[in-house]
Amino acid sequence: MNRTTTLSPSARFGTLLAAAVLSVLALAAPAQAQRDPAYEAARASGQVGERTDGYLGIVGQADRALRSIVDDINIRRRALYAEKAQAAGATLEEYAFTAGCLAIARTVPGEKYQAPDGSWQTRSSAPPVRDPRCP
Amino acid sequence: MTRSQLTSPRLPAHRGPMAQGIRAGRGAIWAMVVLGCGLAGGCITVSAPEEPIVIELNINIKQEVIYRLAADAGNTIEQNPGIF
Repeated sequence: MNRTTTLSPSARFGTLLAAAVLSVLALAAPAQAQRDPAYEAARASGQVGERTDGYLGIVGQADRALRSIVDDINIRRRALYAEKAQAAGATLEEYAFTAGCLAIARTVPGEKYQAPDGSWQTRSSAPPVRDPRCP
Repeated sequence: MTRSQLTSPRLPAHRGPMAQGIRAGRGAIWAMVVLGCGLAGGCITVSAPEEPIVIELNINIKQEVIYRLAADAGNTIEQNPGIF
């Protein structure tokens, strides 16, 4: 009777493994979270755009809530760039600029991005206008 | 004994009068060059431009560095979807 209620060693291992995987996912979740809905909406409506220097920019009128979202994201981006640049033996500006090239390339039609001349452009289905040094 | 004196000559403790003359002469030449430059008006005058000088900081970023970092930066963006 007792035997039927206890888990076999392999089943127990499987349970432990599943628990371990779940706990790792739970820990990783806050840092890897998807875009905040307000940020996603601001991108989609073209209120914010990708700057050439690797940071987020406000395209039109900047209200306090939007400014707060953009500042928060840029502070987190900068910290990430600094860490990764140091690991790669590059400067913060070099790493941020490279990320900016890629972030602009990843914009979807309708989103805003900054052209090399500093003007804000709306991404179409055509490739974005980027700095000639971009990969 | 005379042999050892010939094979190990000693330098004089002080510079001779001729050497001092050479040093003084070199200083005099420099003084003349500097003075001549001023007198002949051979100095270049630099005037500041009218427009403000704009330094494009991004120009210092080399394309080869960007290409080296591209894969790493791409991974960083993909691993942090919340802020990109």
